[in-house]
Amino acid sequence: MNKNYFEIIRAGINSTFQDLGRNHLYHIGIPFSGAMDNRNYLLANKLTGNNHNHPVIEFAYQGPHLKYHGNPINIAITGDVNYEIKKGDNLIDGKCYQSFILENNDELDIISTNKSVYGYLAISGTFDLKFQWSSCSTNTKANIGSNNGKKLSNNQKINIKEINQNFVNTKLNYVNTKIENIRVIKGTNFDYFSEEGKEIFFKNEFKVSKLSDRMGMRLEGKKIENIVETNIRSEGLIKGVIQVTADGFPIIMLSDHGTIGGYPKIGVVISADYDKLVQLTPGSKVKFKDVDLNSAETLFKLYDLETQSLISKI
Amino acid sequence: MIKNISNLGDAALYCDFGKEVNRETNTQVIKYFKTIRKKNILGVNNITPSYNKLIISFDLKKINFDKLKKIIDSIEITKSDNIQNKKFEIPVCCEKEFCLDIKRLEEILNMKKEKIYENFFEKEFFCYMTGFIAGMPFLGDLQENLRAKRLDTPRVKVPKGSIGLTEQFANIYTFESPGGWNIIGNTPLNIFDNSKEKEPNLINPGDLVTFKRITKEKYLNYHE
Repeated sequence: MNKNYFEIIRAGINSTFQDLGRNHLYHIGIPFSGAMDNRNYLLANKLTGNNHNHPVIEFAYQGPHLKYHGNPINIAITGDVNYEIKKGDNLIDGKCYQSFILENNDELDIISTNKSVYGYLAISGTFDLKFQWSSCSTNTKANIGSNNGKKLSNNQKINIKEINQNFVNTKLNYVNTKIENIRVIKGTNFDYFSEEGKEIFFKNEFKVSKLSDRMGMRLEGKKIENIVETNIRSEGLIKGVIQVTADGFPIIMLSDHGTIGGYPKIGVVISADYDKLVQLTPGSKVKFKDVDLNSAETLFKLYDLETQSLISKI
Repeated sequence: MIKNISNLGDAALYCDFGKEVNRETNTQVIKYFKTIRKKNILGVNNITPSYNKLIISFDLKKINFDKLKKIIDSIEITKSDNIQNKKFEIPVCCEKEFCLDIKRLEEILNMKKEKIYENFFEKEFFCYMTGFIAGMPFLGDLQENLRAKRLDTPRVKVPKGSIGLTEQFANIYTFESPGGWNIIGNTPLNIFDNSKEKEPNLINPGDLVTFKRITKEKYLNYHE
């Protein structure tokens, strides 16, 4: 019997359990998965006093409305999120990047993300979850991971296996900045596109389409003309790869992406910009900026240093 | 042999084995895949073999392109295990509701659908790789007169079990997913089972596959 659990009053749009994802499975077609926004995932865990790789609940747009049952527990929410905590008749305006103690019968209502897609809920302790290939990360398309590979649904319970009673009261001053320029390294098929197409790719604005999810982000804009071949032999993909389909529009591979693809690769989003990329909401405008491998490596070091420095401030 | 190594973004190596797509090239790719996997190189996250490419993705915190390229350049392939040849017969139903793109193929190939099916069902296929979605086998080689391109705009949802054709290959959608292949039928057989962590895939690289046409009645009452 689990005496500590969340009752789900409203599951939200796409609420799933996520951790650092799974490796060494691309060759059988299983993607990396894991939290889309890695920095916010790590911060949520640190704010609740966990070591890094504890599963969290990732939500998109509208998060879950939960009622807590059990012994006091510490929680934290990261991202750009609008949420409330109900303690009896008291309604508390939730603040991100700050720990809160939930007590029996308290409610946590994650109303929405603001101008971003994903947010994270971490607890001081561990959810009772099934791991597959040593990760809880839920891939709803392949039905892999915890919760039978499905997103959270209404009227289910989220059991908590263990609570770390050593509560810390934490707070971090951090504001998620939006990005409009996504930095990209030219892809292996860059020369498949016309001079005009290349120029459109790096100079024009693209709009994030509604057809975007954890697998990929489709973009709308001016067509990018392919002058060689609109298909390539199917080959491996990694997250951040930008393929241009035969209709001339780019698709960016995200964390639950297919492991193999056959559309030409015009570019790859640099690792340093990935967390910001995934937070772009449908309708947002983006521009791609060309960088070389050396700069991308340096930018990643800076990104990583900044993440480490934020973690050390908690 | 690897003909060229370049970078795919800042966190992956793109190893090119040449333009030819045939069993010999693919066998080389698989041998490299197995050898590199055994080495457990620190920082390597995933190795994805395909017809004539091998993509090695890595953790940029632990290693970078130049360092990993040096390691891969120095690898010598030793005699590795022969690829096992299991044989499978996959039941396929080609009722109207399952063959979403047969009309498109009739037009592109300038061939009646019965002729397309006749050609398709007489072929024995070789599994080159698995992936895109979990467990999806890429099967070759389709006869030259059945080769067509992908859809210009991929479908957002291809039904589970769909059999697709593109260029010289056939595949099976192991679950509902986006995809751009020309769909000609559907199998009731479960090709991927994630409850078997050690061997979730029914069909693996090197296996031989034929397809067998079944009626709708058989399809609906199919038991594995």
